[in-house]
Amino acid sequence: MKLGFSAEEELFRQECAEWLQGQMAGEFRDIKGISTLTAKAERRKEWEQQLAAHKWSCIGWPSEWGGRDATLAQQVIFAEEYARAGVPGRVNHIGIELAGPTILAFGTEEQKQRFLPGIAAGQTIFCQGFSEPGAGSDLASVRTKGRLENGEWVVNGQKIWTSLAHISDWIFVVTRTEEGSKGPKGLTFLMMELDQPGIEVRGIKQINGDAEFNETFFTDARCAADSMIGGVGEGWKIAMGLLAFERGVSTLGQQMAFRNELDEIIAAAKETGAARNPLIRQRIAKAEIGLRLMRYGALRMLSNTDHSKIDGAALTYKIQWATWRRSLGELAMDVLGQAGELAEGADYEWPVLSNLFLYSRADTIYGGTNQIQRNLIAERGLGLPREPRGDA
Amino acid sequence: MHFVFTEEQAMIAETVRGFFAEHATSERTRKAMAGDGIDRALWASFCTELGLSGIGIAEELGGAGLGMIEFAIVAEAAGSQVAALPLLSHAMAARAIAVGGSAGQQAEWLPGMLGGEVIAACAGTDAVVQEGGTLSGTFRFVPHGASADLFVLGDPTGAWLVRADTSGVTVTAHTTMDQTRPYATVTLASAAAEALPGGSAGLVAARETGWICVAAEGLGVAQAALDRTVAYSRERTQFGRPIGSFQAYKHRLADMVVEIEQTRSAVYWAACAVDEGADEAAVALHAAKSFAADTAFMCAGNMIQLHGGIGFTWEHDAHLFFKRARALQSMLGSGEWHREQVATMILGEAA
Repeated sequence: MKLGFSAEEELFRQECAEWLQGQMAGEFRDIKGISTLTAKAERRKEWEQQLAAHKWSCIGWPSEWGGRDATLAQQVIFAEEYARAGVPGRVNHIGIELAGPTILAFGTEEQKQRFLPGIAAGQTIFCQGFSEPGAGSDLASVRTKGRLENGEWVVNGQKIWTSLAHISDWIFVVTRTEEGSKGPKGLTFLMMELDQPGIEVRGIKQINGDAEFNETFFTDARCAADSMIGGVGEGWKIAMGLLAFERGVSTLGQQMAFRNELDEIIAAAKETGAARNPLIRQRIAKAEIGLRLMRYGALRMLSNTDHSKIDGAALTYKIQWATWRRSLGELAMDVLGQAGELAEGADYEWPVLSNLFLYSRADTIYGGTNQIQRNLIAERGLGLPREPRGDA
Repeated sequence: MHFVFTEEQAMIAETVRGFFAEHATSERTRKAMAGDGIDRALWASFCTELGLSGIGIAEELGGAGLGMIEFAIVAEAAGSQVAALPLLSHAMAARAIAVGGSAGQQAEWLPGMLGGEVIAACAGTDAVVQEGGTLSGTFRFVPHGASADLFVLGDPTGAWLVRADTSGVTVTAHTTMDQTRPYATVTLASAAAEALPGGSAGLVAARETGWICVAAEGLGVAQAALDRTVAYSRERTQFGRPIGSFQAYKHRLADMVVEIEQTRSAVYWAACAVDEGADEAAVALHAAKSFAADTAFMCAGNMIQLHGGIGFTWEHDAHLFFKRARALQSMLGSGEWHREQVATMILGEAA
């Protein structure tokens, strides 16, 4: 067991930090510190391309596909320095962290050639089409239909919560391709170009006034027959494989963004005098401790190479960070008091901490609600009996 | 960076888990509870057969070498059986002498302590009165104090060795809620005391060791409370179903898992940080002690609740975990105190 990084790794940290901070002080200073996922989308696509031009867009990928074959420690370091430098979240994180690794793991050579260079270069932005109005926590009950017709897939149905669909180029969609099939059987995983007459994207205005999420409608939408990853009927396997990538190194970058949020709360507490309130002090200390433990939980999860057993740190990670961040939002409002309820201007737009309070209500819902997480922990982790299923 | 056990550490973990599961049985622990809270035969084989009493003590001092990670592994395993051992007192006292003692003091005391023949206890107080090689003062809540042959006693200015059989030493045993680790009050009235030359450094080391011990025991308690409750939830049926199939029950167990996983990170982060001399060792220790004790209490409380009536009986072991967990919360600084230390680091003094 070892926590420290080697001298060589510390040099790499310096290299990352220098480049990232240089960018945020120079050409891309206009996007520094943006905390919503939608602001300045066009500039952030340029940022994706800038990362790619300097081989920083997907360092964990194999070098033949634009990556650096970075070690785990290097990926950890890059993710930490990325957020520390105040660089905004990646608009192509779904392409880099989910679509790319899925294609690398399950795609054909031809599909790799077709998709990976564009993703790595920041030219192809991906979004995710899993949830439907009737398939949220119960993901396997998707109803969006796909059928093969004259060498093309024809897709009809509706996806929801497709985050960033309005600025994306491609979407991967789980479709029901076997008539009359139920649950995880008969599903197929398709990659579709968004810019086509059969696809319509409508924003969903959220409680914070922003519209990061969308509804995506498919009406005889089309993609080539060879746009499916895995075989016909293997959609569930591919989707589950993809979700396993979600708990990767990016979580550490996310944590540095949390670090920045907690630091803002600490600064606000000093300014408002809340820092003298013993109850607030206890809560800030708890938040600090929770954040540190999240880091070490992630390092345990990433260091673990024994995949023969369920990894408890990985299984509990989602509910842990989501619950922590929701509490952080509540703490922010208690530190700010009523000032936290006032927008800066006339528009319904929120500074970081007020936005954190509102947005964090989504954290305990998306990607598996806290309730579903508890079922998973009890059933997969502890091996307790599964919830009974209805017939529908 | 490699934040999982090495092969050697995994082997130690397997060995100590097996050792405590086999020997620190409920029957033996209860027998010790009726006495002074020490299973002497268990302590003897822990010290001599396994040679684990010297973990964290340098090999040139007769210890087993290794560090706080390995010590935490041992304390976790002991906690998971609520073993009736003077582990906490011993480890704190031995570290104080190893770090702050003179060569003569080390040679005089460490071999007997590591061999299990001498039981030592460690405690602190706000202020003592020193007068020509003697010490006066009162030390409360000394763990296993009534069984100790030697005391390592400190105040903010230094630390001293005091033999239990010296005149001027009065030891009052207390019937204590956690009978596996009873407290005593030690009162010194001009008792002969020998200063540790590096007393302050010795006390710091003792305190760190104590925090790691308490945190790791808490992890063991919490995990055992979970494991035993999960096993029960599969056996016990009500309404024609195993009670572990009810969502209200499962979700409570899941919440325990979430806290336990964070506790595991906390304990081994703190142990690693101390071993590596990392800057964040202080915050890690405060985090580990406060978080682990709270997790242990949450899990042990749930253990009673989720066992229903049987969990409230003397016969069932749930109360051993519950009482140990409560003791862990209060000893060596409450959770609030530790969190306030963290708050002070990031916010400055309260007022």
